[in-house]
This record gives sequence, C-alpha cells and structure tokens, in this order.
Amino acid sequence: MEQASYIAAQVINGLQLGAVYALIALGYTMVYGILRLINFAHGDIFMLGAFVAYFLISRFGMPLYLVFFATMAVTALSGYLMEKIAYKPLRNAPRISLLITAVGVSLFLEYFCSLRSIFTPDYIGFPRPFEMETYNFSPGGFEFSFTNVQALIFAITFSALVLLYLLVYRTKQGRAMRAVSYDQETAALMGINIDNTVSLTFMVGAALAGMGGVLYGIAYPQINVFMGIMPGIKSFIAAVLGGIGIIHGAVIGGLIVGVSEVIVSAFLSSTYRDGVIFVILLIVLLVKPSGIFGKRSDKV
Amino acid sequence: MTNHFSNEVPVVLAIDGLCVSYGIIGVLDNVSLEVRRGEILSIVGANGAGKSTLLKSITGLVRPASGSIDFDGTRITTLRTDVIVRMGVTMVPEGRRIFPDLTVKENLELGGFSQPDKKVHRDLLDLIVTSFPRLKERMKQHAGTLSGGEQQMLAMGRALMSHPKLLLLDEPSMGLSPIITREIFSLITRINSEKGISMILVEQNAHMALEHSHRSCVLENGRITLQGPSGKIKHDPRIVEAYLGV
Ligand SMILES: Nc1ncnc2c1ncn2[C@@H]1O[C@H](COP(=O)(O)OP(=O)(O)OP(=O)(O)O)[C@@H](O)[C@H]1O
Ligand SMILES: [Mg+2]
Repeated sequence: MEQASYIAAQVINGLQLGAVYALIALGYTMVYGILRLINFAHGDIFMLGAFVAYFLISRFGMPLYLVFFATMAVTALSGYLMEKIAYKPLRNAPRISLLITAVGVSLFLEYFCSLRSIFTPDYIGFPRPFEMETYNFSPGGFEFSFTNVQALIFAITFSALVLLYLLVYRTKQGRAMRAVSYDQETAALMGINIDNTVSLTFMVGAALAGMGGVLYGIAYPQINVFMGIMPGIKSFIAAVLGGIGIIHGAVIGGLIVGVSEVIVSAFLSSTYRDGVIFVILLIVLLVKPSGIFGKRSDKV
Repeated sequence: MTNHFSNEVPVVLAIDGLCVSYGIIGVLDNVSLEVRRGEILSIVGANGAGKSTLLKSITGLVRPASGSIDFDGTRITTLRTDVIVRMGVTMVPEGRRIFPDLTVKENLELGGFSQPDKKVHRDLLDLIVTSFPRLKERMKQHAGTLSGGEQQMLAMGRALMSHPKLLLLDEPSMGLSPIITREIFSLITRINSEKGISMILVEQNAHMALEHSHRSCVLENGRITLQGPSGKIKHDPRIVEAYLGV
C-alpha cells in the first residue's frame, strides 16, 4: 500500500512536469505543422516567459492572473518578431538554412538574456506568488496528496488546451491554420493570407510556452537563462512521440515524457532522468517514426 | 465554339511580355495574351511547355522575372495570392489539390474564405450545391474518399465559392475517363455561359480544349507560337499533326 501511494505521488509529480512539457510541445508541433520548421528557439521563449513573470511579480507585485496574461502577451510578441525577423526572409530558402537560423536565434536569446544589463547569467529564485499547500486524501487507506501548485498547473493547462482546440477547430482562423499546414499554395488560392496565419501560429505557440514558463517558475522556483534548453529538447521529443503536427499528440507526448522522467529518477536514479527521454526518442524513431497518433510516415 | 468577341468587349486580363524562370532555367519567354469578358481562352501545349507556370504567375504563386499582368485594369504582377483571389481571380490547380481530411462541405466553405458576408456565402454555397448534384449527396463525406471526377467537381465548386470573374483551370480532365471528361467540360461551358465567367483553360487534351474554347494559344517551350480562334486553330495543319494526333 505504501509502495502504491509512493507510485501515485510520483505519477502526479510526473504529470505536473509533463503538463509544462505539453505546453511547450504544442508550439513546436504547431510551428512544424505550418512551416515544417523545428524552431529550436522555442525553448528560449519558455525561458523568456519565466523571466518576464519573475519581473512582473518581484518588481511590480502584479497579481498572478494578470502575470499570466501579461507574460503571454510579451512572449506572443517575441514569437511574432522572431518569425518576422529571422524566419520570414527565408520562407523560400532551403530548409537547412531555416534550421541553422533557428539554432542561431536560440543562442542569441540565451546569451543576449544572460547579459547583466538584460537579465543575468546566474540562477535566481522565482518568487512564489502564494503559499504552497498540500491536500491529503486517503480513500480506503490508499494515501495520496497533491498540492495547490499542481492543481493550478492542471487547471491552467487544461483550460489552455480547451481554448486551443476551440481556436483550431471552431474558428475561421483555425481553419486557415489547418489549410496552410496541409497545403500552403492551395490555402493561398482560397484567399487565405499565409503571412498572417503563420504569424498567428507563432504567437499562439509562444503564448503557450510563456504560460509554461510561468508555471514552471512557480513549481520549480529556480530560473536561469539556459533553463529552456533541456525542457525544449524534451518537449520537442514529446511532440515527435505524439506525432509531430498533431495537437493532442503533443499533449499526450508531453505527459508521457514528464511521467517517464519522474518515475525513472524516483525508482532508478536521477542520473538517468534525461537519458530516458532520449531512449524514448530512439524507440519512437525505430518503431513508429510518425509518432503515436501519426498517420503517414512521410510527414516527419 | 465560335469566337464572337469583338474588340468592344472589355479585356479582363492582359499579359504583356511575361518572362518567368526557376533559378537560371527560363520557363516562359515573352508571353503576351489577352482574355476578354466572358471568353474562354484555351492554352494547349506539351508536358513542360510552361502552362502551369503561366497560371501560377497570374495567381501570384510564382513571381515573374519581367513583364506585366493586369486584371480589370489593375496591375497585379507583384500582388500576394490572397489579394489577387479577393480581386476575383482564382485557379483550380493541376491535380485538384482538395483537402482530403476535410469534408466536402468544409472544402467548399474554405473556397469562400474571403467572403465576409455570411449571407452571400450561404447563397453561393446553395447555388453551387444545386449545380453540382453529385456533391450535394456527399456533403458530409471526407473529400479524400471522392472519385477523381467528383474531386474535380469539388475543386471547381470550391473555386467558384470565391465568386471569381476569371477562373483558371489547370488540366481539368487529368486522369479522368472520357465520359467524366465530357461531363466536366459541359460543366465548364455551362458555368461560362450562365455566369459569364471568363476562363483560361489549360489542357493536354487539345481536342477537348479546342472544342470548348473561343480562342486558343499554343505554348511551345515557353513561347506562344500560334494563337487565334479555336475553330481556326483546330484546322491548322501544324496543330492537327502535333496535337490532334491524326
Ligand atoms: N518549382 C519549380 N522549380 C524548378 N523548375 C520547375 C518548377 N516548376 C516547374 N518547373 C519546370 O518548368 C517547366 C515548365 O513546367 P510547367 O509545370 O509550367 O509545365 P506544364 O506545361 O504545366 O507541364 P505539364 O503539362 O506536365 O503539367 C518544366 O520544365 C518544369 O520542370
Ligand atoms: Mg502543368
């Protein structure tokens, strides 16, 4: 029984981490879907989100719900500028040029933000906007608990997903996004403005990553300008695992990656927590490169 | 069809000295042509002659190196595709390019994406559905499950949803049986005569193209080598030998 409770606790921790990965993975998958670009700088947008929230809370004492909106607005704007400045001029260039540019943008953001006049190269503590509380449950002697931080993460991630689904599947702009990701030329012939649709996709992805950054800061209150690298890679793997370009795939992939990471560090050793994610990637690439929900194997 | 378009009928599309290349390879060389209101102009030519490239330049999917394209008196040479579509030019692309995972209805609605007025949009949809009865029965079906002929009708219906003044058709008979081809061509002629929509009809099936157009151009290696009323071109010995396979 004790063992079962321990496993349950770890799974909940894993889902907490996985929810953040899912938020980042959505941006990877949407941008890939529309431009066939792996935006390596996406993890850095997540970092930017955490830092913006840090300043809004510690300098301005902004209430939490406003912090979310303001941070998402700032990261959405960054995503917009990133696309316009770095990727748009390369729309018709070979894909490798885009990929190299993405790596460049990523490095730029990391080192630019580590300047002391911008952020800082050090680890800094993220101010908890509220006291952490733990709720204990013991239905039939089976004990488990979760915290208000976890409740917040699940509630916010879930609402974001519902909104994203409504946007993509119920609005005209969402239909445009799907059309562009399927066939850009034909979408243009439908009268769809490709540039605006691409911009919107970048902005939505960046807003979600920014939201992930705030949640991450609240849950794991140490932030650093390089904090986007590993979560970025893991979220990318999550997107591949779920089937790149597929929205629910990114979410399921994120949750699987988060849970695997936490379970492995709880039961094996935390040394393997990053390694296991690459094992997952290898397995996906060997068994089903199109991912869990991927239909065609030629999409990747 | 007889050519009854005098010089008084206004010109809808005027192309002058159009040159297009992909990288260093020139594809269109000094192409000039005109389409008058209500007219069907067919473009006949072999594989790789540059027919699709010509249509793509008109819709802004390919940027010309030089030359000009005017639609309804406005220069559209460098405009974006969606802007050109909103002005009233649209294209049924080669290979139809329908959205297979969307339903027939959703495909048609996408065609009317630029129509801001909901009522106009609904009326257009009703109109198209009644003129394409085969689509009517299949509105909720995924477009990918349609037959080739039905997909061609869907692609045409989708293009008509944008309420075009000029419709560009790229090989509408591609991969279709002779019976379906005839059905598609009679639809094309009907749309042209009922709605007065001007058209450029690109075809490898020269016989059908000459039969269903008012005027024709012959495109060879990126140059227009012959143009005139279809009824005349049909009997030109060079065309009879090269394209009509007698
Ligand atoms: N995107 C492209 N990049 C490079 N070359 C291209 C591209 N598209 C077409 N071409 C070349 O341009 C030439 C004309 O192509 P186009 O598709 O316009 O011919 P077409 O007359 O439509 O032929 P078909 O009857 O086979 O459809 C061909 O030699 C083709 O290889
Ligand atoms: Mg062609």
